[in-house]
Amino acid sequence: MLLFWPLVIPFLTMVATLFAWRSIRTQRALSLLGAAALLAVALVILTRVIADGPFAEQAGAWPAPFGITMVADGLSAAMITLTGLVALAAAVFGLQDVSDGEARSGHHPLANALLAGVCGAFLTGDLFNMYVWFEVMLISSFGLLVIGGRKAALDGATKYVGLNLIATVAFISGVGLLYGTTGALNMADLHGRLAGRGGEAGILMATGLIIFAFGAKAALFPLHFWLPASYHTPSFTTSALFAALLTKVGVYALIRYFTLILPIADTPAQPALLWIGGFTILAGALGALAQSGVRRVLNYSIMSSIGAMILGLALATPLALVGAVFYLAQDMIVKANLYLVAGSARRLAGSEDFAEAGGLWRAAPWLAALFLVPALSLAGVPPFSGFWAKLILTRASLEAGGYWCAALILGSGLMTLLAMARIFAEMFWKSHPEGDVAAGGRLPAAAWAPLVALSLLIAGAGIFAAPGVEASEAIARNLLAPDAYLAAVLGPGAEVRP
Amino acid sequence: MEVMLALTAGVLVAAGAYLMMTGKTVPYVFGLTMISNAANLIIFSTGRLTLAKPALVPGEAITISGAANALPQALILTAIVIGFGLLVFALALAYRSYYALGTAEMDEMRVAEPVERD
Repeated sequence: MLLFWPLVIPFLTMVATLFAWRSIRTQRALSLLGAAALLAVALVILTRVIADGPFAEQAGAWPAPFGITMVADGLSAAMITLTGLVALAAAVFGLQDVSDGEARSGHHPLANALLAGVCGAFLTGDLFNMYVWFEVMLISSFGLLVIGGRKAALDGATKYVGLNLIATVAFISGVGLLYGTTGALNMADLHGRLAGRGGEAGILMATGLIIFAFGAKAALFPLHFWLPASYHTPSFTTSALFAALLTKVGVYALIRYFTLILPIADTPAQPALLWIGGFTILAGALGALAQSGVRRVLNYSIMSSIGAMILGLALATPLALVGAVFYLAQDMIVKANLYLVAGSARRLAGSEDFAEAGGLWRAAPWLAALFLVPALSLAGVPPFSGFWAKLILTRASLEAGGYWCAALILGSGLMTLLAMARIFAEMFWKSHPEGDVAAGGRLPAAAWAPLVALSLLIAGAGIFAAPGVEASEAIARNLLAPDAYLAAVLGPGAEVRP
Repeated sequence: MEVMLALTAGVLVAAGAYLMMTGKTVPYVFGLTMISNAANLIIFSTGRLTLAKPALVPGEAITISGAANALPQALILTAIVIGFGLLVFALALAYRSYYALGTAEMDEMRVAEPVERD
């Protein structure tokens, strides 16, 4: 029953917040409680995975290839733990950032439904079930985007909804074709049935559709246009949840598909994903330099990080996969932190547009320091966690002979540093266009606490990088040789299926 | 039977893609609905199309070999329900954004990403 708690808790919280519809204070307290409980359960699952290896649970006790399976291996457990952490940080920050109007329109129920969808997608061992969790996640993100009701939000949401629905259709068609050619939907079962069949036309077709679907969710070039159109329009809490979780689910799904279901080296998808990853890095790094608002710069920086993770997956060497996994994990914290700092900066400066903001260095020097931690980590500056992610990926590219990959990763780091320096110069360094008195005020403790906690984590994961890197190595080893995963799902010895 | 379904799905996708490329929100939603129904037909055809061969037989009798697989039909049912919910949301959003932004032309929706001026 343990693996169902990360779904039950957010859903229960959602229902409880719906019952408390009239009292925003109760909704806030419930959200906070739910996020803390989610983190606690995720930690229990993580400790069990570390101690005993992957384990699975069958819904309704239907045996594995027939029923819906929930599986926790290292990657899933790490992902839900980070989801719990981000959820808690966002819930605390939301105490002062989510307006009463947004809370009254249903921010808390929707945010909890989003968390349930994210955890479900991370834990499920069944491809069709993953489609369902993607939809849970998608429909609640639609709601979260539009509840402010501002013009920009409606504009962004129209593009977000339109482009994501195409990905949904591609996902369901791909799953249908895969079922038609193999007769299986359980991922562990698919692993056995697809072995050595990566070149067949039907499977290539299905794989193409699935790359399209997950690629659109992960905002890969050229399917990324919904992201810079929408992620800067809702509240900062919502932005942080989206930036930390939604695109990462797409990356997670791609990693799962191309390690467990169909190992990437067997397919023509490998060169395609290398190109896609490279262009995503370029589009993100260049786009970030051309924007004129904090969150609009950050939107593009999501893309360059995602591109680097996909490069790590597509290089298909063990070290590159270690890099991709480490990058993925630490980026969730970095992105959440960046969007929350942006929220605090906007609160003090009165605007997030560069033309209307500034003067924060004088008004809140500590906030400037807290901005620099995730910003430098994003650019890959030591001693923060992003440095190790970029270092492992660069080394893996050089060892695999992908010199242009290494050049892209390093070059995008430099461009990201420029983009972050631009945010620093425009928001913090220059004086406020309406005089220095225009920027200032006090930030409540609910704004400081998540920023400090996440920054400490980023610095800690960078200075004491060994445990994180070793964990990523163990996760990547299990992804490349999923014997323990298969045994956990199908029972011991069942993986030798013809 | 498969040929007929394949042709229908092809026509639906073509018509849907045409509608989606008009650049207006409401035809876009209609086109998307057509394409998602085409996807449902594709899944439907993967479960074997048979006439007069019940997939479930009462009592002790064994399932007739070559009968249709019921699983894809269950998958479509899920997909239809989800697709319907998404369609309703998309239509409501198209309506709201038309009233808020005063246009149904995607190219004129530039509030979230304003045209940069130097």
